[in-house]
Parts: sequence; structure tokens; C-alpha cells
Amino acid sequence: MAHRKRFPGVDPLNLWGNARGGRDVPQTGLKPGRISPETGPRAASVREASVRVEEVSHAYRDRHGVVVRALAGVSLHAAHGELLAVVGASGCGKTTLLELICGLQSPKRGSIACAPAALMPQRDLLLPWLSAVDNAALALRIAGHSRASARARASELFAELGLDGFEHAHPHELSGGMRQRVAFLRTLLSGKPVLCLDEPFGALDAITRAEMQGWLGRTLAHEPRTVVLVTHDVEEAVVLADRVVVLSARPGRVQESLEVDLPRPRSRTDVKVIALRERALLALGLDTEGLHT
Amino acid sequence: MSRRTASALPPALLAIAMLGAWELYADSGSSSSSILPAPHAIAEALWRNAALLGHNLAITAEEVGLGLGLALALGFALAVLIHLSPLLRRSFYPLAVGSQAVPIAVIAPLLVLSWGFGLVPKLVVIVLICFFPVLVTTVDGLAAVDPDQLKLLRTLDASRWQSFRFAELPAALPAAISGARIAVTVGVIGAYIAESQTATTGAYAGLGREINSDLTALQTPRAYAAAVVLFVFAIVCFYALALVERRLAPWANHQSRGGAS
Repeated sequence: MAHRKRFPGVDPLNLWGNARGGRDVPQTGLKPGRISPETGPRAASVREASVRVEEVSHAYRDRHGVVVRALAGVSLHAAHGELLAVVGASGCGKTTLLELICGLQSPKRGSIACAPAALMPQRDLLLPWLSAVDNAALALRIAGHSRASARARASELFAELGLDGFEHAHPHELSGGMRQRVAFLRTLLSGKPVLCLDEPFGALDAITRAEMQGWLGRTLAHEPRTVVLVTHDVEEAVVLADRVVVLSARPGRVQESLEVDLPRPRSRTDVKVIALRERALLALGLDTEGLHT
Repeated sequence: MSRRTASALPPALLAIAMLGAWELYADSGSSSSSILPAPHAIAEALWRNAALLGHNLAITAEEVGLGLGLALALGFALAVLIHLSPLLRRSFYPLAVGSQAVPIAVIAPLLVLSWGFGLVPKLVVIVLICFFPVLVTTVDGLAAVDPDQLKLLRTLDASRWQSFRFAELPAALPAAISGARIAVTVGVIGAYIAESQTATTGAYAGLGREINSDLTALQTPRAYAAAVVLFVFAIVCFYALALVERRLAPWANHQSRGGAS
């Protein structure tokens, strides 16, 4: 079972309340169990926090009315507590896949079974008129919490995510990495058991991106969710995920599904990481000699 | 020199240059002082009639303030209705555009027949002129909200009202205030039209009426003095709304950076 592999020794029904030791121990001293689906805005069964996409095909009309075939017979599965990475070239239907999983669109063919999912879009989409803490607490406000209690809940996590002191800063005053963290916090605080992350670090510079990848791994160790991470960065996928699904160019088809059965935290320069990266790049149809994004 | 003084310098120099040219031209005797009074004569009239002009300014300021308030409420409410309902957009928008083609100077005297000599017909004229810029800018502002932000709010299970409250309404606020800034300047012209075209009972009738009666009585310097007061009033209102915008929508000047990916 994937979740057992990822979170050893944790009762799946009490995932949110246990402190864990072992490989995922973060360096920030986060206290686990602050956010739980039971107390989140939309409680959902922890058991069902998995994503199952079966033979999904999808097409849509673009701005000019041209039919775009985005996905062709895609099947994939993320078990409860698993981090599934979906990689593929630009425009291979990755964003469409996430919108289908989040229920923003219905697939033309095939079926999707999924617990309630929250989307972290490619652009952070923070509301410029709200402070960082109010942006993070947006889902709580929408769920009917008062402004004060929503702020209190969100600010608790600010320090733990390295954002303390920036609660009342507006988005334009934050760096790109901080904005992504606030956007991630907003997604996390939606309380939904499935998180769909659409190239969350795509717009960041290489150094910030590496920091954020480490940060995401540590945060998920303490706020475990089922995660579908869409990225064009094969290395990012292999370093973070339990499984990597490689999509072909549009219309997206599953080219390969790679298990990443390596202990965390993983090093980019680990031989096994590099080997998996090369396999994924090969599945993408890229010459691995000197080619790396 | 502070930045503030530096930024105030060009308009001040321009104003002084224009006044100087005007003074020279008027003093050269090419035109009669009852047609084009010199700036010093206007300043003198301003000084001597300060109390009279002050009372009239109070009347006009009340008209503009109330009229603008009503126009803002009407323009904003109509904009929200038009934004939310395609049916209302189809039915209201053409009429609102048409309302701007109404020759107000012609119908203003008729308003007196319905509403008498008081404040009401003047407010009707000002509201009719002022609501339109607020309506158009607010409708555009509401429509300009980032569709991805609305999509995001949907994934967070926001209701229609919550999407409006958290995204569309604040997104439209800077545009609505810009509309108000246009409205306040045309509102001052509106007040002039309203006062000249509708009869009034009372000791003071406002700056517009003052200008008209002074021109008829060949008190041209005082008419110009009243126009100067109106002019300064419009400028002050315009910049006061700029302050309101900075207060209510501090993000507006950072929109392009803040919304970036």
C-alpha cells in the first residue's frame, strides 16, 4: 500500500493526529496535526482520499473555436497519502487533467473517482486586495468562518511556513517564493484531502525552486495529503514523488509509469534518482545526452 | 527640494506663465475689461466678494456633493445589475447610453415644473450627467476580473455571491473610483447647467447662477472670480477622490506586479 510505504507506522484513520519520526522529519520544527479534514471547511472521509482516473479522453474548443484534443485514454491512480507526479512537455493536457480531477470540467469520455480536491493553479492568483493571511484563509472565509477565526487559523501556520512577519503584507510586497507558499497554504487550508498542484514552482528561479521543493516535501510530511503534482521538471518529479507518470505530447497519453521507491529526503545527485530521471526523459522522447531542463 | 515640491513645480510655473501672458494681453488694451478682465482685476473681485462667493460655493458644493453621491449609488447599482444579468444588460444599457443624448439644457426648465424651485431639479440634472461615467467604468471593471481567479474561487466552493464579494467587487473598485473622478469634474459643469437652467428661490443661488447674473450685469471680473472658485473646487474634488482611491484601493497601483505569476 502506497500510504504505508510513504508514512510508515501511521494508522490511516489517525493520519492527522500522529507525530512521526523517520525519514520525513523536517528541519523547521513543525508541529503536526494542525489542519485536519475533520475540522476543515469540507470534511471528507480520509479513507477515500485517493484519485482514480480511468480511460479519460477530453477535448475542448480553444479561443478560435478549434477543437483541441487534450487527453486520450489516460488512466492513472494516486493512492491515499501518495504523491503522484505527472510530467510531460508543455501543452500535453496536464492542466486539463487537474481541472478534470478538481471537477472544474467533466471528461468527454472515461471516469474519474476522486475525493474533494483543491487546486493550486500555475499562477498564484493571490487576490491583490487581501493581505497574505487573508489570502491564505480564503477557503475558511468561504466556508463561513468569521474573519477573526479564519485569520487566527491561518496565522498559526505562517511562522511554521517561514512567513512570520508577513501576515499583513499584500501580495505585491512578497517575493515569488513567498507568494507560492501563501498560495499553497490557501490550498492546504481548504481542508480537502486531495491537492492538485499545477507546476507550483514553474515560475521560480532555480535556487528558490530547489528550496521550495524541500519545503514542500517537509510540509507534506506533516500535513499529509494525496497530491497530484503536475510539472515539466522531471528531476522535481523524481525527487518528490512516489510515482511518476509520463504523458506524451498532445493529446496526452500515459507513456510510462515509474515507481520511485527511494528513501526521503532524496538527493538530486543520487545515482538511482538520476537513473529514474533518465528513464522518464527517455519516455518523453528526449535524448538524454546533455539535455536537461 | 522634496519630491512633492518638485512635482508641484511644473504646473505652478505653467500657471504663472499663462497668467502672465493673460495679464500682459489684457493690460495692452486690445480688449475691453468688461469682456476680458485682467487677472489682477479678477483677484481683486475675488477678494472683495469673498463672502458672497463663499455662500454661493456652499450652495454649489452641496448640489455637487449630493448629486455625486446619488450618481455614484445609481451608477454602481446599475453596473452591478448589468454585470449580473445579461437580460438587464440588454434592457438597461442602451437606455443609459441614450440618457446621455438627452439635451439637458432644454429639459432642465421642464424639471422645475415637476419638482419646483428647490434642490431636486438641480440634483436630477447633476445625477443624469454624473451617473454615466461611473456606470461605464464600473461595468468594465466588473467584467475585467481575472477569469482564473473566479475559477480558483469555484474550486474553493465559493457561491456566486462570495465570488462577487471576494473577487469582482474589489476588482471593480479602482475603476469605479476612476469613474467618480470623471463624474466629479463633469458634475461641476452639471451644477452650472442646473443652476443656469432652473429657477431658484433663496438668497444665494450658487456659483453658476452668480456667473450668469454677473455677465448680464457686465460685472465681468466677479463672473470670472466665481469661475475661478468653481475651477479650484473641481480640482480639489478630483484630488480628494485620488486620496480616497489610495485609501480604499491601495493595491490598484501595484496591480500589474501583484497579479503576475
